Amino acid sequence: MHPLHDKKIKFLEETANLIRQDIIKMLVEAGSGHSAGPLGMTDIFTALYFHILNHNPKDPNWADRDRLVLSNGHICPVQYAALAWAGYFPMEEMMTLRKLGSRLQGHPHRGALPGVETTSGPLGSGLSQSAGIALAAKMDNKKYHIYCLMSDGEHDAGNTWEAAMFIGKNKLNNLIAIIDRNNIQIDGFTEDIMPLESLRNKYESFDWHVLEINGHDMRDIIAAVNEAKAVFEKPTVIIAHTIPGKDVSFMESDFAWHGIPPNKDQAKAALAELRTLGGKIKSEHQ
Amino acid sequence: MINKIAKLNKKIFKADIEQAPTRDGYGKGLVEAGEKDKNVVVLCADLTESTRSHWFKEKFPQRFIEMGVAEQNMATVAAGLGISGKIPFISSYAVFSPGRNWEQIRTTIAYNDSNVKICGAHAGVSVGPDGATHQAIEDIATMRAMPNMKVIVPCDAIEAQKATIAAAQIYGPVYFRFAREKTPIFTTENSSFEIGKAYEIWAGKNPQIAIIGAGPVLYNALLAAQELEKEKISVIVLNCHTIKPLDEKKIIEVAKKCGAVVTVEEHNVIGGLGSAVAEVLAKNCPMPMEFIGMQDTFGESGEPDDLIEKYGMGAKDIIKAVKKVIKKK
Ligand SMILES: Cc1ncc(C[n+]2csc(CCOP(=O)(O)OP(=O)(O)O)c2C)c(N)n1
Ligand SMILES: [Mg+2]
Repeated sequence: MHPLHDKKIKFLEETANLIRQDIIKMLVEAGSGHSAGPLGMTDIFTALYFHILNHNPKDPNWADRDRLVLSNGHICPVQYAALAWAGYFPMEEMMTLRKLGSRLQGHPHRGALPGVETTSGPLGSGLSQSAGIALAAKMDNKKYHIYCLMSDGEHDAGNTWEAAMFIGKNKLNNLIAIIDRNNIQIDGFTEDIMPLESLRNKYESFDWHVLEINGHDMRDIIAAVNEAKAVFEKPTVIIAHTIPGKDVSFMESDFAWHGIPPNKDQAKAALAELRTLGGKIKSEHQ
Repeated sequence: MINKIAKLNKKIFKADIEQAPTRDGYGKGLVEAGEKDKNVVVLCADLTESTRSHWFKEKFPQRFIEMGVAEQNMATVAAGLGISGKIPFISSYAVFSPGRNWEQIRTTIAYNDSNVKICGAHAGVSVGPDGATHQAIEDIATMRAMPNMKVIVPCDAIEAQKATIAAAQIYGPVYFRFAREKTPIFTTENSSFEIGKAYEIWAGKNPQIAIIGAGPVLYNALLAAQELEKEKISVIVLNCHTIKPLDEKKIIEVAKKCGAVVTVEEHNVIGGLGSAVAEVLAKNCPMPMEFIGMQDTFGESGEPDDLIEKYGMGAKDIIKAVKKVIKKK
């Protein structure tokens, strides 16, 4: 573990801010898509692609790469933007999101775009696929890690718990699950629609090592992943507490923003807010 | 020409014809079915507004059951309700229900003979930008192959409403398929609707081809029929909203009258309406056929109209298919 310098943290925060701006631009250009989830998970995706993952954007199919499996495919704008910034595909291609012929499908499609490991959108099947990848890695004595990004809403699905039980049983310690605990789903707040608490106890009783973090704190995110890698006897799940719509004040914590894009005026206001914030990151670290 | 007995919308070929998605008809039908029978209950898997179940929820909050993102549990809970005197309608997108929960539906609803009605919304590629993961193109096939299941594909919002109400009034499992996008409402309150009956909505004189279709793409068949009439090619258009049980008598009758058939559906050409029609004709009166639908490929993101065109389900494509099949007669 190497100590994290302020400079690195500042770089990650600035990158996250730029990715948020691109998410807004992509969504307004597409005219449909999901706003809340992508903005809420931007800090985690940035930490992963720009610090944590062992990967090579120029060789996306490198056999020993860490695998990032996105289970809740509807938040793909954040993954697409992070992939573009990391150099997986040309930046200008971001604006083709959801358009006919685009590699940036409305929900991610394996094989369509470099860096997309599995097809997703239908919820609750990412953790099982991650288990399959983790098992294959063990069989082949591979050292890479599998990061499965999931939503809280997809914990309503039985498939998720079948996977959790299986991964606990098989002690797949090369798998790290990260849950976007933003408390919203389509019909409302998770605790009203289908209560998930205590999520920690549920996973612990399935024999997982459980960590809870502030999903917007870069040091927290990175420290949790480092701890997860150090735990050998169990798989680890990181419950990341996040704010859906993070950094766009009128979107924050409102489930109405789950599945809609900003209109032109809203996008303008959102970008103005994000640019002001971006400026602040610079000055705070100076 | 338009068949007068079908009592279609007078504005049928006007630019300002009313439009609504078929899922709206489902939502309205639920409310009406709920008013008629207090045993009607609605279950939804975290898609209350997009399946239009929210109108029922507002009116009958005690009879609305929120399941969360759990389609398998939804189907099986409904199975229990359905064998206990309730008339459950389960609502989600077709890819998830009857997609994800197919075996639960097979055993606990169909084989169990539980009185459950299954709403698969957002079917077909016209779902648009969400992409292939959300575009069900196999649901008619998988549900049609299931014993004891009725399959209904309404062509517009009014027919969807009638189908929903009719399904509540008969005992047994029913699957209906709805679409996301607004499409022309070309039938009217006065058009007939009975489960298991196909209707001639375009009746050309001395017809050469029978176009048999279901769902909103049927409108494209009418546009094609109108164009073809100008070119002196006379056709019949049959609205075959019930794919199971199929109105075999009517299908054989119009097919024999024409001698060749084109089927039209927003579904894979394997296993859907086209296959159902082919099965009947092969057995009773084999004849040349063309199949309009997804040609065994997944869809993709894009605007609905562009996708319908790209995948060959527009009026233009139907005209081409008619001309092709005529040559084979
Ligand atoms: C199996 C399945 N059922 C239903 C849906 C429709 N759906 C898409 S997102 C979503 C909400 C789930 O909540 P969450 O993933 O927590 O969403 P967010 O926090 O990003 O708003 C639902 C029900 C789906 N994608 N997959
Ligand atoms: Mg959520």
